Amino acid sequence: MNLKPETLARIDEVIPHYATKRSATLPLLHLIQEDVGWISKEAIEWVAAKLELQPINVYEVVTFYPMFRQKPIGRRHIKVCRTLSCALMGGYKTCETFEKEFDTKRGEVSADGEVTVEFVECLASCGTAPVVMIDDELHENVDSAKAKHLCGQIKAEAAQRKT
Amino acid sequence: MIQPAKPDLVTVNIDGKEIAVPKGTNVIEAARQVGVDVPHYCYHPKLSVVGNCRMCLVEMGMPAVDPVSKAPIMDPVTGKQKINWIPRPQIGCATYASQGLHIRTQTPQIKDCREGVTEFLLINHPLDCPICDKAGECMLQEQSTGYGRGYSRFIENKNVKPKRTLLGPRVVLDDERCILCSRCIRFCKEVAKDDVLGFIDRGSYSTLTCYPGKALENNYSLNTVDICPVGALTSTDFRFKMRVWFLKQTNSIDTESSVGANTVVWSREGVIHRITPRRNDEVNDTWMADSGRLLYKAVAAENRLASKETLDALIASAADLLSDAEGAIAVVGSGRSSVEEQFLTRKLADAVKARVFLVARSGAGDGILISSDRNPNVRGALITGLIDKLPSERLDTLAGGIDSGEIKAVISVGEDLVAAGITPEQLGKISIVHLGTHASSTSDAAKVVVPTLTVFEKSGTFINQQFRLQKFAKAVPGKPGMHDDLDALSRLIAALGGASLPSDLHELWDVLTKELPALATTTYRTLPETGLLLDATPWSGLRFPEGETLHFKPTASGEGVKA
Repeated sequence: MNLKPETLARIDEVIPHYATKRSATLPLLHLIQEDVGWISKEAIEWVAAKLELQPINVYEVVTFYPMFRQKPIGRRHIKVCRTLSCALMGGYKTCETFEKEFDTKRGEVSADGEVTVEFVECLASCGTAPVVMIDDELHENVDSAKAKHLCGQIKAEAAQRKT
Repeated sequence: MIQPAKPDLVTVNIDGKEIAVPKGTNVIEAARQVGVDVPHYCYHPKLSVVGNCRMCLVEMGMPAVDPVSKAPIMDPVTGKQKINWIPRPQIGCATYASQGLHIRTQTPQIKDCREGVTEFLLINHPLDCPICDKAGECMLQEQSTGYGRGYSRFIENKNVKPKRTLLGPRVVLDDERCILCSRCIRFCKEVAKDDVLGFIDRGSYSTLTCYPGKALENNYSLNTVDICPVGALTSTDFRFKMRVWFLKQTNSIDTESSVGANTVVWSREGVIHRITPRRNDEVNDTWMADSGRLLYKAVAAENRLASKETLDALIASAADLLSDAEGAIAVVGSGRSSVEEQFLTRKLADAVKARVFLVARSGAGDGILISSDRNPNVRGALITGLIDKLPSERLDTLAGGIDSGEIKAVISVGEDLVAAGITPEQLGKISIVHLGTHASSTSDAAKVVVPTLTVFEKSGTFINQQFRLQKFAKAVPGKPGMHDDLDALSRLIAALGGASLPSDLHELWDVLTKELPALATTTYRTLPETGLLLDATPWSGLRFPEGETLHFKPTASGEGVKA
């Protein structure tokens, strides 16, 4: 497991908050997903060893919650809302624009590893539909033009990081 | 685990019947004692309570008291204390007896609850009982008949899931049949101490699975098949072989070690089809090891011994052979023989004034139901006086006697001398009379071979590591050319000039009770199915090899006492 030192520090800090070590399973998984982006088999076994559990106990938890990702994701996570209000206001078109711009399919990692586009359930901002969340940042009224603009920003950042 | 019995009894009322039970007994167990069946799936008396099947719902009430004065509130109609019934049903498995607890299991509400739970369980359960191995002993089948509504209102499509997942080398999972009771998961975690099973995903996608890369391959995996309340887990050995209702059940004892797990042998028309554990709370609870379940294969093994000659002819030639070696005979008895056979072996040794040897077998104990003494009945040999100290694994003294010419003939009662350290050259120097079930180097070298019966083909008793006398019964008849051990031994004793002893088990027990003070209080017929604990104090000086196992703790002096 290649966790950042600050993640490891937070993990060690969070375990004593609970009466039994087992209870720290969820917070540990969240911390690891925040750091690495997904929960690998290696991560499951690492958490199990850390909390003195068997790997199956952690595996049960990981598969129970859909928000724990069992596959790697791109560097940026683009979540496009697909629920009614956004769908009526062109959420599908927005999602397609993101897919086209990064030449990827929803749910998959783009070829350059830069983004994962996902079509998700309600992001709770129906008044400003269609909405998109890029990592933890909410973008409102994202029509195709704004989607292209956002894609441009991400690409520019990626290009800058590479130089 | 079930709550340990506490001495303080409380009175509970179940369907109008009063019963005193230890405080903390759960409602399912208390109801069982008054003859009331509370249907359940996930609850198992030897596992922790999770309460996830909801089948054991009951109505619960407590005697009413005035909230302020705590004085009982009386019902003017009946003149008894009023009962405050909780409006919503409670699960019986996790409701524990307390003073005055009232339970109702036969009300319309409970009938509705059971029908509802059954209907939900059957929604995604394939009704493939006609091809299911569990049919006939399936809790879901029985309780759906007893407590279900009898017809289905479900017109949608059922879930489709994998039908034959191999969880391990001996266990197959049919996901569609699984009702997610988690008994197998709890068994692996709590009893087998091998936590590999779990439920992944959720809702109707929930699936029993092993952690990827691991398998359910511990030596207790087949217990999960026994406790599965439906046909989800099946044994690769028994799968699709035989309908359970055709099988005859015979109580037996596991012979693989001195634990002496109680078993049931399931046979039909003289063929054994499977072995399952039998509940004995003092010995093996409701479990047994996988290795013990395969022992029945020895019955039809290719190397089974059988003779063309009659038993009379065999005994005559044995007596003839042994008369040449008078005064130089040794008897090798066995820790795998029954108590009765060991008694006759001792009589045989007395008749020819032979020295007696016994072969020890040891292996690693697993701390659960296999002890390090792999003979089922070494203590029987002590009680019958066949030996007075613990045996060793190698017959070095006997080998020395053969080399010095002191011993010219050996009667081996079911033991392979080569496996016990006698070289083939040494075997060549002596005359051997061998009583045995399977071909071995000893039977090959023997001048007279009397084919005998396996534990499944005869009745008798063993004494396990707790000094518990336990009986086993004949499940299937021996094949032609095989002879009853007791018959062979008693005739051999008579032919060698010893006393005339009965070969019938019950008549022999009359002799046993007279001659052996330790067995004076019982007979084969009156011995309870759960066994009888004998006095172990005469042997407290011996250092028995067993370590701790389920319900058994060795004491400091090496002697075992009941945990």
